[in-house]
Amino acid sequence: MRHLLSIEDLDRSAIERILDRAKSFTEVSEREIKKVPALRGRRVLNLFYEASTRTRSSFELAAKALSADVVNFAAGGSSVEKGESLKDTVQTLSAYRPDLIVIRTPYVGAARLVAGWTDASVVNAGDGKHEHPTQALLDVYALRDRIGALDGASIWIVGDVLHSRVARSNIHALKKMGARVTVCGPPTLIPRGIESLGCAVEYSLARLPEADVVYALRMQKERMTDSFVPSIREYAARYQIDGRRLGPRQVLMHPGPVNRGVELAAEVIDSPQAIIGQQVAAGVVVRMAVLYECLAGRGAPHTEPKAATPVPT
Amino acid sequence: MLDARPTPPADLLIRGAHVLDPRAHVDAPLDVLVRDGEIAELGAPGSLPAEGVEVVEGRSRHLLPGFVDPHVHLRTPGQEHKEDLDSGTRAAAAGGYVAVVAMPNTDPVVDSAPVLLSLREQARREARVPVGFLASVTRGLAGEALTEMAELRDAGALGFTDDGKPVHRAGILRKALQYQRLAGGVLCLHEEDPTLSGRGVMHEGDVSARLGLAGIPSISESTLIARDAALAGYEAGRIHIQHLSARESVEAVWEAKGRDVAITCEVSPHHLTLTDAALLERLDTRLKMNPPLRTEADRRALIDGLRDGTVDCIATDHAPHAREEKEVPFEEAPMGTTGLETAFAAVYTDLVRPGVLPLALVVDKLSAGAALLGLPLPAVQTGRRADLCLVDLAAEWEVGEHGYESRSENCCFAGRTLRGRVVLTVAAGGIAYRERALAVVV
Repeated sequence: MRHLLSIEDLDRSAIERILDRAKSFTEVSEREIKKVPALRGRRVLNLFYEASTRTRSSFELAAKALSADVVNFAAGGSSVEKGESLKDTVQTLSAYRPDLIVIRTPYVGAARLVAGWTDASVVNAGDGKHEHPTQALLDVYALRDRIGALDGASIWIVGDVLHSRVARSNIHALKKMGARVTVCGPPTLIPRGIESLGCAVEYSLARLPEADVVYALRMQKERMTDSFVPSIREYAARYQIDGRRLGPRQVLMHPGPVNRGVELAAEVIDSPQAIIGQQVAAGVVVRMAVLYECLAGRGAPHTEPKAATPVPT
Repeated sequence: MLDARPTPPADLLIRGAHVLDPRAHVDAPLDVLVRDGEIAELGAPGSLPAEGVEVVEGRSRHLLPGFVDPHVHLRTPGQEHKEDLDSGTRAAAAGGYVAVVAMPNTDPVVDSAPVLLSLREQARREARVPVGFLASVTRGLAGEALTEMAELRDAGALGFTDDGKPVHRAGILRKALQYQRLAGGVLCLHEEDPTLSGRGVMHEGDVSARLGLAGIPSISESTLIARDAALAGYEAGRIHIQHLSARESVEAVWEAKGRDVAITCEVSPHHLTLTDAALLERLDTRLKMNPPLRTEADRRALIDGLRDGTVDCIATDHAPHAREEKEVPFEEAPMGTTGLETAFAAVYTDLVRPGVLPLALVVDKLSAGAALLGLPLPAVQTGRRADLCLVDLAAEWEVGEHGYESRSENCCFAGRTLRGRVVLTVAAGGIAYRERALAVVV
């Protein structure tokens, strides 16, 4: 795997390979010295055009756990603010010969564009409202850890699907892993044509008890100003996952950060059904696996290929 | 009211080309003699004398009435880094066009007689084919106040448009339609309800749902067409709908025509040949235009509209943008594709060769826009000024990343192999373009 640009590009066996690799890295995180030399001497560049806490820090932790050198490049306080184009920024940073660029932008397709402008491997850490592939991989990882194989499982993704790259990547990933996916939310926040991705559409939570897994999306308060929902109060009344709506055998997921009292009630966040913390924890090992898949065995882009780095055990 | 740089009148014998002029009911191999820029004589192949004229071999080629484009952006004044009158009209000539009509959304906007008059003067120095100009409906395209339409008409405006934007306020359009009784000139309308299109960057549908891009629904176009057709009917005004893209829009125009509203419309080569599915293969900013590429059902409805006469003409909406403006993420890129140099080949390759539309119909529609704006229709007839284009239908060529006559390279057909190549264009009686490899027999 040279790049990770979208879940749509992966098949089930590629997803399983990454998740199995991630599993093998869990042992590293449990060591006292949380580091293996697998990517020693490799340069990873985190290029973030949008605010991010957990995605960026988990990529950084993942790269460091594999002994790679990491540089964080945030759009604020950089030449981007002086009007440098994405292409110029990427080509300039490429002169530092990174082996891999992790990129998040508010623009659909930007990671793929970047892959065309640099010799480095590119990992998409979110491109606009399109995809967030490592989020979907860590979600599948955490979910498999809890319920085993996903074949035939019914998964409801609830909330603002229209503005969610997490929803799009997860629909693809969960479908590829054999699950049945339903998206549910106010009709104003369900994109026209979403069923063409192979998911069912519901506008109410009436049939939520059928779900094995409830994946709540973050509801941004600014959606109110564009009249997507009349009020957060009405949204919460109809779509909030609370103790009344969440069954004891259902699993609850959320990509974070949570708006307590909006999409999730406090009691379910801390309930045993929730695996929100496990999702965050999975972020590091899954991103280690992605970095490893992209870089190990591949020569540095500017040098001759060399022998594969030994797989950590 | 068209302006061009003076060119020496041509003396040519185009020998044995298949002449196809559907409006003049000519469809046969003929010799065509052009003397002093006029079509002097038509005759059986090999029958006309070649003395004193340049002979152009026409065998295995088609001679057509030159194309007329009622909708191009020449970006002058103010955005000459994208296109200027010289490069834009060279692109037109290379595409077989003998006249083009430029839109007023320039900087400054063509909203006053002085701007228009200086532009016309510049065209008389620079334009390789005759250019006509539309003036804006509202000052500064702001949608608030009417331009001095009567004075602009006196200064040579063919008509009026706020193209790039709709005339959003119905009351303003109504006043423009009333004032049209005094000023004359067609009102050309870009139809888009901005409260529906919002921040959309592509067609709203399955593909936008998959890509996570904000969509522009078909109804943002058709609802405004319906409104404006009602206004035009009420005020007995004359409107022309620009760049139709959606099935619902074809229906809206068809209904209005049924009510005898004085309404015509155009469709672009890209909307006739491409769909939003192309964006799944590559999210290429050259495929970003407004209105957006829509679905296969929309594309078929536009073709049916051409066939049954609901759609009156083909217009390129040639919209050049500089490379650095298009080399950005899709959502950030400006809307528009160039089209003058590829229009005939794209429509010929994708619609005529597979048998979807007859060549004669396409040839008619590629110049029919002239009459809609009150311009003469080119004809291959004795006594008429020579406005001709000679095409090689068998010639195959690849639309490149570079190598355009246009100053810009943002062509949505880049990378495609097309059939049908313009080899010679005679505009306003003078040679405006000839393919470099054209064999000249003396």
